[in-house]
Amino acid sequence: MLGKLSLAAIPLHEPIPMIAGLGMIFAVIALVGLITWKKWWGILWHDWLISVDHKKIGVMYIILGLVMLLRGFVDALMMRSQLAMAAGGAAGYLPPDHYNQIFSAHGTIMIFFVAMALVVGLMNIAIPLQIGARDVAYPVLNSVSFWLTASGMALMNISLIVGEFARTGWLVYPPLSELAFSPQVGVDYYLWALQIAGVGTLLSGINLTATILKMRAPGMGYFEMPVFCWTALAANMLIIAAFPILTATFGMLLLDRYADFHFFTTNMGGDPMMYINLIWAWGHPEVYILILPAFGIFSEVFSTFSKKPLFGYHSMVYATLAICGLSFVVWLHHFFTMGAGANVNGFFGIMTMIISIPTGVKVFNWLFTMYGGSIKFTSPVYWAIGFIITFVLGGLTGVLLAIPPIDFALHNSLFLIAHFHNVIIGGVVFGAFAGYTYWFPKVFGFQLHEGLGKAVFWCWFIGFYVAFMPLYVLGIMGATRRMQHYSNPDWQPFMIVAFIGALIILLGITLTIVQLVVSIRNREKTRCTAGDPWDGRTLEWSTPSPPPHWNFDAIPQVRSLEDFWHSKQPNGEPLQYVDNPSGKFHMPKPSALGITLSFFATVFGFAMVWHIWWLALVGLFGCIAAVIAHSWQTENEVDIDLNDPAHAHGHA
Amino acid sequence: MLNWQGGLFDPQGPIAVAERAMLANATVVMLAVVIPVIILTIGFAWWFRESNPRAKRLPDWEYSGAIEVTVWSIPILVIIFLGGMTWVGSHDLDPKKPIGDVEKTVDVQVVSLDWKWLFIYPKYGIATVNHLEVPANTPIRLTLTSSGVMNSFLVPQLGSQIYSMAGMATTLHLQADSEGVFPGISAQFSGDGFSDMNFDVRSVSEAQFNEWVKTTQAGSGSLTRKRYETLLRPSIADKARTYSKVEEGLFEQVLMMNDSGPNKEICVTPSFYETEINTQDVNLIGNK
Repeated sequence: MLGKLSLAAIPLHEPIPMIAGLGMIFAVIALVGLITWKKWWGILWHDWLISVDHKKIGVMYIILGLVMLLRGFVDALMMRSQLAMAAGGAAGYLPPDHYNQIFSAHGTIMIFFVAMALVVGLMNIAIPLQIGARDVAYPVLNSVSFWLTASGMALMNISLIVGEFARTGWLVYPPLSELAFSPQVGVDYYLWALQIAGVGTLLSGINLTATILKMRAPGMGYFEMPVFCWTALAANMLIIAAFPILTATFGMLLLDRYADFHFFTTNMGGDPMMYINLIWAWGHPEVYILILPAFGIFSEVFSTFSKKPLFGYHSMVYATLAICGLSFVVWLHHFFTMGAGANVNGFFGIMTMIISIPTGVKVFNWLFTMYGGSIKFTSPVYWAIGFIITFVLGGLTGVLLAIPPIDFALHNSLFLIAHFHNVIIGGVVFGAFAGYTYWFPKVFGFQLHEGLGKAVFWCWFIGFYVAFMPLYVLGIMGATRRMQHYSNPDWQPFMIVAFIGALIILLGITLTIVQLVVSIRNREKTRCTAGDPWDGRTLEWSTPSPPPHWNFDAIPQVRSLEDFWHSKQPNGEPLQYVDNPSGKFHMPKPSALGITLSFFATVFGFAMVWHIWWLALVGLFGCIAAVIAHSWQTENEVDIDLNDPAHAHGHA
Repeated sequence: MLNWQGGLFDPQGPIAVAERAMLANATVVMLAVVIPVIILTIGFAWWFRESNPRAKRLPDWEYSGAIEVTVWSIPILVIIFLGGMTWVGSHDLDPKKPIGDVEKTVDVQVVSLDWKWLFIYPKYGIATVNHLEVPANTPIRLTLTSSGVMNSFLVPQLGSQIYSMAGMATTLHLQADSEGVFPGISAQFSGDGFSDMNFDVRSVSEAQFNEWVKTTQAGSGSLTRKRYETLLRPSIADKARTYSKVEEGLFEQVLMMNDSGPNKEICVTPSFYETEINTQDVNLIGNK
């Protein structure tokens, strides 16, 4: 009846997951209580949970990302404190079976549910506004994408209390992740959470690509598109090309684990190295899915706050597309140590280095965007300058690891850990914070507290260097990743410094929450409902903040790349709009399809993890029924009439 | 406090020396670009700050052909140089490539097990667990496979690492140029006992090595296929030990085992912590 599930699945004897799990449950109960007490359920349901407004979906992605950042960061603190203690003969406080779950969960959460959520959230918010569209191409699908990501997140968090998470590392390499070596449910939680969230990401990639290709305002050719849209287009095309590989690879591992197949087993002709090739054929493009939109954000920030057009716009576009293409021919550099021949290793090493050429071009173009500018030092500019300084160092160590003989010595060492945190924190996280600060006033109509924003930046910037520079040194000293303890006492001081660095970042994360609270309380002072607080250059700043559900009362008729900027100049011509004398148009209605699918998908995933087959069928048929019910609906749109006073102020 | 001992900056063999040199050269070449970029970033940002009355403002400047050519050229030139270094280095330091005198090369077959290393010396018919004895200044050819889970064989002071994978054999050539004891690890996470999957490489003179071989051959412990199956039982922080005899073709059998159908012996059960390791009839080395 309940498959493999029994009371023994709840880790009552392990205090850390129990405390974390109970904390999580209490937080949820407190939140539900607050919403009930304030009578917010109606607003929450209609205006947020079933909303198909791309801006609100973007906000929900970002909230999901920030909540998961807290969990992923607690994992990081536990790892760093464990390693600060477990030197010489000391065992630390986390036994291997628990420690191994923590580093596996940390990587999975940070990539799939923090970095991806923040980047997809920002793309959702900015793209339709930048191209002068009323919404994305498929608004209901957008809601479904978000809710499938949320379903994956729910499964990740359930694994904390019911059962356990994978103990195999964040990419669950077989044969370790095969049933023979990981008979527990952890790998199954991982696989089902990411299969469900992965479908959401793929749908989102299709949606945003279609939006950029088909929904641009009239007159906006590809080279009239803001550069963020270009980088987002490249990232979403990569999602379309790469995520099916991930789904297929996980699908094969699931067949191995559930149906006695032998794709990646060590016997019956299975080949674990095939998995490792496939997972990186997704994994390397994934890195660029995250970093390209961040590059786009920095381009917008440098240009806006230097009061200058982006230097070498065309060059930037070609560089973006070059990175997009090259990202598919470098995957083997993740396992030079597999024993492929010198020609194969040499080829992939050189292809990897070639990516640094367009990336280098971008850095120089940002420099020359500042040159001759009039730079206003807002907190997004802090993030952008901190990014260049940090990212070029991460690029340097990345090229070092792309040289196969150097990788033979440093592969899997803490040098590698330092490298990818250097580019992911220095690139993606800094970019996400820059974008969050930059577009926040657009979405909410008031600004974030600048002083606290800068404090957050300094905590992350200094904290990053204190936490990860020691890891470069430790890697060269011979320390490898995923150690639960180590015997060399000379490493301990560096581990302690790295832990202090993590505490500095913790302060930054805490200040992010403080900044949000303070900014909401002071919102009357920083109101900017006219919509253009930064003296922006692109279309999103031409509409009020927060924008109406339909973004633009009238669709702009675009004449040039920086049409809005030119319209603001002393003798500039005002923006032109597409004629719509009636003031009438349609907007999509809210839809509960996303949240319904999410519920049944979570039920399905949970049931599959625990082999509760009848419940899995309930989940599966629930999903199918929800989609069928949705497709029978004929009234999917609501008429908006701008001449009707009820609509004139942006309320549908 | 900065003690490089045990790592790549304390190299003890030609491979590690060459890799350290590549690391240093490539870093210097890239720093020649990266440091100016960092200085220019801070310099431009500071000079062109809004409040600087002396800065020249170019609010519409967005393109310069000369600068475009330059910014594409700089990284291209750096990468042409490093790319050449990569291609040559990949061939020179290919793990499969023999070092020095092939006649003198000592063969060692390596099996990674949960969570220990088995070293077989086919020429001498002896084997060790978690201990690799090698003659200094002599090329070593390691042929590696795994009993199940993937691991990576790494002695940081000797240089290159390579994966050990079930059903597959990889080759790695290393050499120690000095006598001493160098720590070795698994650099690929392989499960609960991973952090203790350590071994010592003891590099000794040729005479001492020959002496060690003789002593080992005269010792006890015979590694038959059956005894190997007890080694398959997972164990953590296992003691280093030697076997005076090894069943001929054992490594080849391990290599083939995984091809011949379901092999229950390698299956890990959740109760593996209770497994007792049979230490009878074997020679323990040191106090590991």
